[in-house]
Amino acid sequence: MSVILQTEKLRVEYRSRDFRQTTKVALVGLDLEVRAGEVFGFLGPNGAGKTTTMNVLLGFVPPTSGTARLFGIDVRQPIARQRIGYLPELTYYYKFLTAEELLRFYAKIFGLDCPEMDKRIANLLKLVELETAAKRPIKSYSKGMQQRVGLAQALINNPDLLVLDEPTSGLDPLGRMKVREIIQRLKNEGKTVFFSSHELGEVETVCDQVAIIHQGELKAVGSVSQISAGHRNLEQAFLNIVGFLPSPLLP
Amino acid sequence: MKKISALAGVVIKELYRRKDFYVLFVLTALLTFAAGAVNFFQDEKIIRYVKDVCLLLIWISSLVIAIVTTARQIPAEREARTIFPLLAKPVARGQVIAGKFLGCWLAAGIALVVFYFFFAVIASSREHTWPVAMYFQAAWMQWCLLAIVIALVLLGSIYFAAPSSTSTISFIIVAGIMLVGGHLNTIALSQPEPMQSVLAGVYYFIPHLEWYYLSDFVVYNMGCVPWIKVFGATLYAAAWTGIFLTLAWLGFRRKNLTT
Repeated sequence: MSVILQTEKLRVEYRSRDFRQTTKVALVGLDLEVRAGEVFGFLGPNGAGKTTTMNVLLGFVPPTSGTARLFGIDVRQPIARQRIGYLPELTYYYKFLTAEELLRFYAKIFGLDCPEMDKRIANLLKLVELETAAKRPIKSYSKGMQQRVGLAQALINNPDLLVLDEPTSGLDPLGRMKVREIIQRLKNEGKTVFFSSHELGEVETVCDQVAIIHQGELKAVGSVSQISAGHRNLEQAFLNIVGFLPSPLLP
Repeated sequence: MKKISALAGVVIKELYRRKDFYVLFVLTALLTFAAGAVNFFQDEKIIRYVKDVCLLLIWISSLVIAIVTTARQIPAEREARTIFPLLAKPVARGQVIAGKFLGCWLAAGIALVVFYFFFAVIASSREHTWPVAMYFQAAWMQWCLLAIVIALVLLGSIYFAAPSSTSTISFIIVAGIMLVGGHLNTIALSQPEPMQSVLAGVYYFIPHLEWYYLSDFVVYNMGCVPWIKVFGATLYAAAWTGIFLTLAWLGFRRKNLTT
């Protein structure tokens, strides 16, 4: 299987805005490889560097050193993002547009022609069950509906790689189940999914490969069974790897 | 070009779905009609006053629309974080700048067409003539000026995070150039060195927005400006717009958007 997402010795430093101008290291020499067709779970506690990694992969943050490639193309080239779909953690969309208008806008950005655009928009609205609300402004949607619009826009270009930043965060159990179903369906279609999550049960269910990052460093990478080996489950392995020692008072 | 026009389309949609645009538009229309209806001081040359007032209103309103709309584009995208799903698509930051510029410029152009239509109806109903070419030149030159202003504001919005600060600074710069810019070389002659060289330098360094104000031609029915001059002014506006957009792109190209 070909490598479609790759980082080599990726390092990101932020300069703080205080008068001392101290430097905060967000990523330390991160080496990652995601192969075609994998569902790759990217785990880590808050502030570990997951979002920074995604920000570099999507071209929002330039790396201080090292390289990041999508489909073999440097992520700083916009063309590297032609075959990816991105779902942010929260719903960052133009709220004055309707779902249909938003999808049409992104379809134009991907350069889709009109008949193809209409077909995909109709299919995606059906997939995320927003057909009846398609002509309402996004600002009138509930959080779950907005997240489903997000999923639809991430799929508008029929991407080969999906980058999902905590896709089930803040959703109710039904919403989570729907997102999991869609990830599973994409997996069955042979798509590659790279996603960050705090829901370890969910990761255990859908992921082929898992990476655990802590304080900007890659601590472990492998299949769920490899990571969980010697532990009760993935959660216990995760806590052990990130150095969390459970209190003896806890059951 | 498809990506740039898609981005411009969203800018225009946002503008006409916001209520502040309509408030300004209705206010200008009302003032224009009121100015057309009132006989100031029983002066027989009332039409000149009416035209002058109308043109001033058109100028102020179109500048407000252009500056306020442009100033919030990039900062609002960053604040609402809508810039992230957008830049996660195969769109270059230069295309984002170009799309924002095109959207704001076209929106300002639409507003200008509406404003000048009101103006032409009022002025022509009084004068019983339709100097279409002259009105076209006045509107065209104003649109060229708005291109420079929009590019300048877009550049400012890359560096100033708050739309209010960008708008205020832009209004001061535009007003300063319009009121003083054209006289700087004359003022320079009466100054001792090194102030004379500094003022002369500033005169040649700034974009001369005052060249685009054709109010006197329209108010006094002086006829059309030679078309070659209009063409030259258009090229001059294109050059300044290009400079400001390039600077905006250079600033935005490597900007870390997460901080």
